[in-house]
Formats: sequence, C-alpha cells, structure tokens
Amino acid sequence: MRTVYLDNNATSAVDQSVLTAMLPYLSTLYGNPSSMYAFAGQASDAIDNARESVAALLGAGPDEIIFTSCGSESDNTAFWSAVQTQPEKRHLITTRVEHPAVLNVAQYWERQGYRVTYLGVDNKGRLDMDEYTGALSDDTALVSIMFANNEVGNIYPVQRMAEAAKEKGLLFHTDAVQAVGKTPIDLRHLQADMLSLSGHKIHTPKGIGVLYVRKGVRFRPFLRGGHQESGRRAGTENVPYIIGMGEAARIAAENLQEERMQVANLRDKLETNLIERIPDCIINGDIENRLPNTCNISFKNVEGEAILLMLDRLGICASSGSACTSGSLEPSHVLRAMGVPFNYAHGSIRLSLSRYTTDSDVDYVIEHFPGIIKTLRAISPYKD
Amino acid sequence: MWQYTEAVHDHFLHPHNAGPLDDANAIGEVGSLACGDALKLYLKINKAGVIENTGFETFGCASAIASSSVLTDMVKGMRADDALKITNKDIATALGGLPKQKMHCSVMGQEALEAAIRQWKGEPPVPHALEHGEMVCKCFGVTDAQIIRTMRENGLKTVEEVTNYTKAGGACGECLDKITEIVGKELSLKPLTEIRPKPRMTNVRRMQLVLKTLDEEIRPRLESDGGDIELVDVDGRRVVVSLRGRCSQCRSSDVTIHNLVERLLREHVEPDIIVEEA
Ligand code: FES
Repeated sequence: MRTVYLDNNATSAVDQSVLTAMLPYLSTLYGNPSSMYAFAGQASDAIDNARESVAALLGAGPDEIIFTSCGSESDNTAFWSAVQTQPEKRHLITTRVEHPAVLNVAQYWERQGYRVTYLGVDNKGRLDMDEYTGALSDDTALVSIMFANNEVGNIYPVQRMAEAAKEKGLLFHTDAVQAVGKTPIDLRHLQADMLSLSGHKIHTPKGIGVLYVRKGVRFRPFLRGGHQESGRRAGTENVPYIIGMGEAARIAAENLQEERMQVANLRDKLETNLIERIPDCIINGDIENRLPNTCNISFKNVEGEAILLMLDRLGICASSGSACTSGSLEPSHVLRAMGVPFNYAHGSIRLSLSRYTTDSDVDYVIEHFPGIIKTLRAISPYKD
Repeated sequence: MWQYTEAVHDHFLHPHNAGPLDDANAIGEVGSLACGDALKLYLKINKAGVIENTGFETFGCASAIASSSVLTDMVKGMRADDALKITNKDIATALGGLPKQKMHCSVMGQEALEAAIRQWKGEPPVPHALEHGEMVCKCFGVTDAQIIRTMRENGLKTVEEVTNYTKAGGACGECLDKITEIVGKELSLKPLTEIRPKPRMTNVRRMQLVLKTLDEEIRPRLESDGGDIELVDVDGRRVVVSLRGRCSQCRSSDVTIHNLVERLLREHVEPDIIVEEA
C-alpha cells in the first residue's frame, strides 16, 4: 500500500545524506571526542563542523550552540537555568498554547511556588501584545514563547516580544522546534537569549536537540557531570547524531527559501481543494501568519479519531487534536484555548507537509478525503 | 495509537445497521457533541416485545461506532426485557475487548439501549434513581448514582477506572476529589469480592452446564410426557434445541420451549439464555 506521510510536525523522514554523514560514526569512527589521540580527533573535528552548520542556520556563533538529547531537554534546561541564575525572581511568562515540553515545565515551577502567567489567544490562536507587555515585570525570571505552534502552525511575533523583554532586561526563551527549517530564524535580529530546536523535525533520526544560549547570558547546566559542551551539558557526545544534526542544518539552510515556497504551494492546494470539496469545515489558526507546511482543519459533526483511522486505511498519516486520539477526554489544549466550537473541535485534523511531499500525494488525499467525511457524516446523529 | 481488535476494526469500517430506522418505536439518545461522542439508537419492537429491527447514528471515535454497530446486532431478535440485561461489558466482550480508556464507549451503548427500551415502555429515559443522583462531573454530566452503578457492574476499584468508564474527571478534573470520595465510600461499603463481577462463563463451561441441565432436569420431565429433546447448537447465549417424539407434534411446543426449557436453563446455567427451536 502507498504511504502518504503528512505528519511532519510529529516527526519527519530521515534525509538520505544525513544518514550517510552519520554512518561512519556509527561504525568505524567510534572514538570519544574527549580523548587525546588523532583517531578520536576526527570525531571532535566533525562535531565542530556540525556546530558551525547549526550556528549558521540560526545566525548564531558556534560557541552559542549546546547539543542536547531532544527539544524537551532544551526547554527544561532553559527554564532550569533561568530559575537557578536568578533565585530572587519568582515569576514566569508563557502561553496557553505551548507544547507540553514547555507547558508542563512551567506547571512544574508553578507547583514549586512560582507565579506563572499563561498568555491567552484569540480565536485564530493569536497572542495579544498588550496582555503580554502588561505581564512583564521585574520579578519575571523567564519569558518563554513558542516561535511557531505545532498544532495550528501559527508563527508568533517573537522578535517584537523578545525586544519588549529586552527593554526590561528580562530573559527570553523561544521553543523553535516547529519553526526551524520551515521559516527563517536569524538570531542577529531576534533578541532571544535562548532557543530550543529538535533534530527529528528537520530530518535527522530521533534523539538529538539543540539549545542556543546567547553569549554573555548566565547559564546553569541541567545535566551535571563531565565537561562536555564547554561544561554546559554533561554526557559523552552523541557523535553520530550531532553529525546528523549538522548535516540536516546545512541542508535546511541551503534549501529553506525554495522549500518554503514549494511546501506552501502544495499545502495551499491541499487546503483549498479540501475546503471546496467538503462542506462545513474550517481552517484553524492564523491563515496569514503560519508555517508553510501546516494545515489544521476541522470538520463539523465528525470525530477526529474516526477520520484518522479511515485515512490510515488508505495509507495517509495525519494527526488529530480530538479528544479520542490523545487518550484524554477533551480536545487539544490549543484548540480549547482558541475557543474552537466543540462541534468542530472534536473533528480537527492536522496535515503537515515536508520537502518530501509530492504533488501526487496531495492529489491522492484530495481524492479520498471527501468520501471519508461523507461516510462518517452519514452515520452521525448531528446533521446540521 | 490504540490497539483495537479485528472486531472493532470490522464494525467501524463496515458498521452493521447504520443509519436511522424509519419505523422505530424505541429511540434512545445519549451523549452530546460537547462530550465528544453521542449515540442515537433506534429499535423496532413488535407486539410480542421482540426487537425486530435496529439502527443507529453515532458521533464518535472508532470504538464508539463499533460499540453501536455490535450492539444493534446483539439485540436484534431479542426480547426487549432480555435486552435490558445486556451490560456494557457484554458489548465490550462482543468486540473482543476495548482499550480500557475506551470503555466509556460501551457504557454509552448500554445507556442508549436502556433509554430506548424505557421509552418504548413509556418510562422516563433514565431510571429514577440515576436521574436523581447528585451531579458529580459537570464537564460530562455524570451523577454519583451513575458512577456507583458503573462501578458495581464492572467491578471498578480506582478513580482512573471510573474516568475510563464514565469519562467523569477526564476534563477539568475539578470533580476528582468528589470521585475519590465516592470510590472510597463504595469500596469500604462492600468487601471487594462482592463488587467484583461474576467471572464470565466460558463457552465450554456453558455447554457443559446446558448438557447437564438437559439431562438431569429437562429430559426427565419431557420423557414423562413421551417426548424427548436434543441439543442442536450453543451459540453464545443462544441455545438451539429440537423437540422429539410426542413433543415435536405437540402444538404447544413453543410453550414447552419457553416455559420449561428456557426457564430451567436460565435457572441452572445463565439468566440470559435464549432458547430457540431448530
Ligand atoms: S467536572 Fe468532572 S472533569 Fe470537569
């Protein structure tokens, strides 16, 4: 059966040249980069190159890049470091629509006695700048705002938000896991102090992340031990994956502009056709201001998991913000924060594309999707 | 991803009796759009009180659709009074089991069935005791009486299980303390063994008991009238027999089957046995 993979915000296919770059370090070049002989030096050099590639993708310096195990570790570290270096401050700011890797960490600190402001969003998932600037205070230890939302794709005005935080001398972190490689990020303009990213969203295998920490920002490691990563993250370097991350960053930087257009065109074609062919559906999110690859669409009076299983039967991989898929009993926290009406919220589907998505993939989905909704609506007790 | 059984997949992808039933005289509706699943069950019950035809409309996930579909199969041909004895566990079992977080789908089926039959009987859709329970979970509209009933019927012991079966506590979580209290009270009320449900009878065990009852209880009585009985098949709780000798020509064989055979099998094997003549 054909597989049409439209769940790239969950994870993405491993790029062939990423894999090729990694392979020697999974077999013959197994030296420990900390060792004092030329054999291990090869690994150490390769890590330096990878660090430079990641830095180049972000407009950062190589010494500002810390390799971690995943995006979640990077997020945890950002909060940890902010809290530990400013023990006198007791307030945190984030949003209601963050990924759990930030939301649950903020809630953890809340249980430790921190005051946390969770910024709300409007029905398109947009933040309110006034609410934000109103929340900034001298007591704020960290502002953490996602660069782009994983569910609906909204891109947040982190540049303006970081500036406002800077003006008050506050630390600013952004979870850019969904944004990297999909939309330009330039830390020469973006005043963020810390930024998280994850490899497997940009075509590395799972198990590698990055935390950017701006030069001069006070830092406390989350993982203590050896002196790896200049003493900022202990643990023997995950050499093959770091090499993979470097290669993925290089490819992303090289293709970003072209890829954005290509992916956005396919996404728009998919979206327009679905809307045209299927009555009673809405696009969730800020249509003018979102990732080029993400389409979050809600179908009235049908339930998301049922849609997913029918798509799955056709080899189409997607995800849903409906209650039933998550094991929770409510629709996703993002859709709820946006106030998506419940007759739509339960029937939300996220389709997320990548550079590997083809025109014929999109045609295939356009051809089969309307039938699925029709079938499910036929047996739904709600008809209008 | 959920691990669904083949049966769930089959019923979801090819639902039986799907769609409304125009001549339904018993309709049960439970759930709501807000809750994320809803079922409208249609039954056509004839004068003899037998469910002749069924239909359903479901909004919900695969297990909700599959539960509805299998339920409409199960009750077709049943007497309404017997159908009332179907529990949510029977529905889940008919599907080869449901993931535990999805048990509420089977509960929805059972509730819709009960509501439909109650409507046909001219009773209010929910039994008095349940309706007048105290509202515990406002997110999903679940009362204490419903929680206690579901606990008893399924031998539930933890708050998590209550959420899996009734959804109560699964959204804002404000009611969790109250549920904890109910669960604690209910468990201290009864020794665990009592609320644990009777183990389900296996097919082999059921078959053995049926044969034993036929030999020891039923055949002797028929023989005294010059008749005999033979077991043809046991299919779940459906027992198919054929009457022999004088009984087979007897015009009241129908009566014999129901009054004698079924009554005795229900007494000695399982209370919801249905006897049919081959
Ligand atoms: S009141 Fe029960 S989950 Fe909200």
